[in-house]
Amino acid sequence: MNTKEYIESGVLELYVAGQLSEEENLKVAEYASLYPDIQKEIEAIEASVLALSKTVAPKITLDFTKVYEKIKNSSKVIPLKEHKTNWTAYMGWAASILLVIGGAYLFNQNKELESQIKIVEEQRINLEEQINQANTSLVKSEELLTTIRDKNITVVALGGQEVSPTSYAKVYWNKSEEKVYIDAQGLPEPPDGMVYQVWSLKLNPLTPTSVGLLEDFISDDNRIFNLTNANASEAFGITLEPAGGSKSPNLEQLYTLGVVSSS
Amino acid sequence: MQLEELITRFQQKDTFAFERLHAMYAENIFGVINTIVKDDNLAQEICQDVFVKIWNNALHYNSSKGRFFTWILNIARNSAIDVLRSKNYKNQKKNLSADYFVSILENAPEENETTVNTVGLRKLVSKLKEKCIKVIELLYFKGYTQKEVSEELDIPVGTVKTRNRSCISQLRENMQE
Repeated sequence: MNTKEYIESGVLELYVAGQLSEEENLKVAEYASLYPDIQKEIEAIEASVLALSKTVAPKITLDFTKVYEKIKNSSKVIPLKEHKTNWTAYMGWAASILLVIGGAYLFNQNKELESQIKIVEEQRINLEEQINQANTSLVKSEELLTTIRDKNITVVALGGQEVSPTSYAKVYWNKSEEKVYIDAQGLPEPPDGMVYQVWSLKLNPLTPTSVGLLEDFISDDNRIFNLTNANASEAFGITLEPAGGSKSPNLEQLYTLGVVSSS
Repeated sequence: MQLEELITRFQQKDTFAFERLHAMYAENIFGVINTIVKDDNLAQEICQDVFVKIWNNALHYNSSKGRFFTWILNIARNSAIDVLRSKNYKNQKKNLSADYFVSILENAPEENETTVNTVGLRKLVSKLKEKCIKVIELLYFKGYTQKEVSEELDIPVGTVKTRNRSCISQLRENMQE
């Protein structure tokens, strides 16, 4: 390329004036980067225009601080705005997080309180049941006491025998009502698969008749058993028998025995 | 520091680089604005605004599309013309192209002539032919297109380019004297 011709065309002067199209500008910039002569020429043209423009500037010193204050203010305004929006955004996030945490906390609290109420309710029901039971057992005890104190009752003390010398029992026998109450507190708990059986005895000759079984011995709290006895008993005995009871007593397992006093 | 590096740092919002660029070009921009508004205080005000604009639009400058000075020259011209249009809308546009900047120099207070710099600058202009002053002022300071200049000065469009070339050459010669 003939740089001299290009320079003399006057296009570079127009380039500095900003009077070229965007396309032409790109072309000139490219040539300037390729040819130092063109770059130099552009700088010289610019220098002359700079010099000329200075001649028409009023003789007032231009203070950069005024521009600086303005750009500082304008650049302060922008981050301040950003800061503000960020701040509100953070506040929003923080608030929603707090709300979620707070909500979860209250939800848990509510759940906990609900389960506590349930527990208390259950405890209340239990206590009511216990009161009921106490009332029932009180009634039972009172009934029992009335029964035992009845003047028609015959009390027979049964003493421990060879198998278990420390055992004892009492029979409260209401002859007219044909009922017996066995107080078996003094008997040990029967082993698994065994049960105590109560016998009514005739002494001459010795004839045992089964009165009944002391079922559920272990689970019975007061160990007082209610049986029917229509026999003209002369003595009572309690033996340990296989579960379900026996037809005749196993005398080797005779725990207690007592004779009805004749009076 | 090279101009390219200054501009790069200025585009990265380096205020020190910007201050250097202000020192390099503010007076020229002030002069260009003054040829348009012909009011020292107003020109000063616009000049400050122009540099604020330059700062805020720093990333819009692209060196492949022109000189940095050309870019700020264009911003200055447009700002000054905008202000003039909004302020003097009722006063018609008669003064916009009628007075040439030589009149600004002629009207300047006498005491300014004592400085060597001013004297040198006056010589720079006084040796220019009036037709050169007109072409240069319209093309560079007022942003007229070649076509507008040809209409304003009543010369063929092709002549604008060559006359401008010879006038700038004359100006460069004057500078070297």
